[in-house]
Amino acid sequence: MNMKKIAAASVAALMVGTPVLADLVFPSLSYRTGPYAAGGIPYADGYSDYFTLLNERDGGIGGAAIQVIECETGYNTEKGVECYESTKGQGALVYNPLSTGITYQLIPKATADNIPLYTPGYGRTSAANGKVFSHVFNFPANYWNAASLAVNHLLAENGGDLNGKSVALVYHNSAYGKEPIRTLEGLAEKHGFKLTAIPVDHPGQEQKSQWLQIRREKPDYVLMWGWGVMNQVAIQEAANIRFPMENFVGVWWSGGDHDVAPAGESATGYKAVTFHAVGSDFPVFDDIQKHVVETGKAAGAGDNIGKAIYNRGVYAAMLMAEAVSKAQEIHGTPDITAAMMRDGMEALEITDARMAELGMGGFGPAFSVSCENHGGPGTGAIQQWDGAAGTWSLISEFGGSDMDVIQPLIDADSAAYAAENNIEAGCN
Amino acid sequence: MPDQLLFAIEVTMNGLMAGVLYALVALGFVLIFKASGIFNYAQGVMALFAAMTLVGIQNGQVPFAHLINAVFGTEVHHFGWHVPAILAILLTACVMVLFAWIVERYVLKHLVGQPDIILFMATIGLAYFMEGFGDLMWGADIKKLDVGLPQGGSFWLEENTAWLGGEGFYGFFIDKLDMVATVVAAILVASLVAFSQYTKQGRAMRAVADDHQAALSVGVSLRFIWVLVWSLAGFVALVAGIMWGAKSGVQFSLSLIALKALPVLMLGGFTSIPGAIVGGLIIGVGEKLFEFLIGAPFLGGATENWFAYMLALLFLVFRPQGLFGEKIIERV
Repeated sequence: MNMKKIAAASVAALMVGTPVLADLVFPSLSYRTGPYAAGGIPYADGYSDYFTLLNERDGGIGGAAIQVIECETGYNTEKGVECYESTKGQGALVYNPLSTGITYQLIPKATADNIPLYTPGYGRTSAANGKVFSHVFNFPANYWNAASLAVNHLLAENGGDLNGKSVALVYHNSAYGKEPIRTLEGLAEKHGFKLTAIPVDHPGQEQKSQWLQIRREKPDYVLMWGWGVMNQVAIQEAANIRFPMENFVGVWWSGGDHDVAPAGESATGYKAVTFHAVGSDFPVFDDIQKHVVETGKAAGAGDNIGKAIYNRGVYAAMLMAEAVSKAQEIHGTPDITAAMMRDGMEALEITDARMAELGMGGFGPAFSVSCENHGGPGTGAIQQWDGAAGTWSLISEFGGSDMDVIQPLIDADSAAYAAENNIEAGCN
Repeated sequence: MPDQLLFAIEVTMNGLMAGVLYALVALGFVLIFKASGIFNYAQGVMALFAAMTLVGIQNGQVPFAHLINAVFGTEVHHFGWHVPAILAILLTACVMVLFAWIVERYVLKHLVGQPDIILFMATIGLAYFMEGFGDLMWGADIKKLDVGLPQGGSFWLEENTAWLGGEGFYGFFIDKLDMVATVVAAILVASLVAFSQYTKQGRAMRAVADDHQAALSVGVSLRFIWVLVWSLAGFVALVAGIMWGAKSGVQFSLSLIALKALPVLMLGGFTSIPGAIVGGLIIGVGEKLFEFLIGAPFLGGATENWFAYMLALLFLVFRPQGLFGEKIIERV
């Protein structure tokens, strides 16, 4: 082979292997394998399918095509960091790692690289303070909002009074699972309920001790902070001891369709907090079906549409697409960089009218992001499982969380992070 | 009787049941280790693969459907039939025999005479291969296992023991699934013991376990014995997969149940079937009682895994061969 052919082959390989410069590149740190794949697959499918929809229906965003680069993390922090390092040079605009562990590792790296992180409903909760975490965004809600939203639901069920009630928190014995404890302790003190924290070791396949303890102590309510097999086993064990399912409330990561499916109809009544709508009764899903699934361009088999975790992936992609539009508007160019993307995320404004225009009216709250608040409104609702119909339904309106308890915790935790890392808090 | 004592009895009973489930997983390891000296890292994945295959066969799922559809642009997912549970279990057992034959033919046969560590490494490779192969064949979604096993606590036991305690005691709780698992494990162990004691193949298996060179010299086929042992381990994995899968649905995490078997093996010994059972029971009761008496009230809970491995570590220090394992003395 002569030098010309080698050069031509090299150029062709480079063109195939790297995105065209004008592409809007969204790395998707997904996990389609491993113990958490059942949750990782629908999320990755939703995240990817929405961007595919924009490419197919609208020709991208502002005329620029979108490219999603998937990198398999297996929900493993080391692999997640490897994925970040291997994709950041390809023009990555924003990372959505779908793992609190990976997020913690990427916060200093992404900040140094001037690439924003988007961690909706997970990650480091105090990243809501944009004055300290300049490149991390976790709108529209975080773990501490979820804890407060769950307690608000219990308050609503008890006429606003939880005095003397007992609440058990069954949690994944990891940094993720421990996140809500401080908030719940603050809320317990404020509302006078007794909180018992019950850890479950990874992976959570065996929980007999924990549920025998619950059977002995008979708490009025059980909250759950689980992920992976822990969720399915906990719901089954709760059904086994005949714990009233309507008194069992999970965080949104314990509220997937696959979490309740193994327990079947005995899971009926189980509730979970959510920060977006459930079901497929939104025009955007018809568009995904028509432009993505029926054209054979879906990331998966197309059978996850309308499922809780798929919807979350779609919602996250939609918010990122809107942030791209905002960045393009601010900087007057369709070919934005990661730094411009950060600006777009910080200036993001989601209105009800815009949501309706996108075919997602009422899917999530209207809100705006600012330098001071990267966490959004912290609103959410309660969804409940109907085992016979095999569907989740929203049983409450979207409501706010108790920022009187949460904000001081955010301030304290972010201040500690700033002190540890010599960050001067402030807005430019 | 004081409620606290009744709770301790309840915890002990549930610990025994949990121990049986651990022992079910450990049995597969023991069978292969005893006959071939191989620590089969893939035993947990075999349980996952067997359970996935069972659900796939039962529900008439087309194997490799996603791959077929992606390559040929088709939309095939199901054959449209539902296979009765018993038939599906038998067909899955046949698949596990086929799997054993393939492992022997394409992996073990080529590693005869290699050091144990090489064989161990081969099973690690096998585990990773099977994880991916299982996902490709049946999909990575969580599957509901429905072979007619009962779920939930025994109401009869609860109602008839509630009088033993005060107002805070609701009667003993025992999961019906755990009771079935205990009966199945008892039948399985009795069958394995009977097979190894009273059949020609079983005796050949024991001969290979004792001294494979001597067994070879009297005409026992090592390759047949390996297929036999891996088939039996595959069947044990299927039983373990059914029992654990009925609790959580069939999903990747089933492969992690092997983590529960390791302390059981250290305790009971790697070469003893009764050791696996006794070790399982000791670990099951020990970890549950420790969590009840010390872990949850004083240490914040989640001490079960820690306790199981600590106990195993103690055994490694004072009785490395385990309770029933063979003491191996190697002269240097």
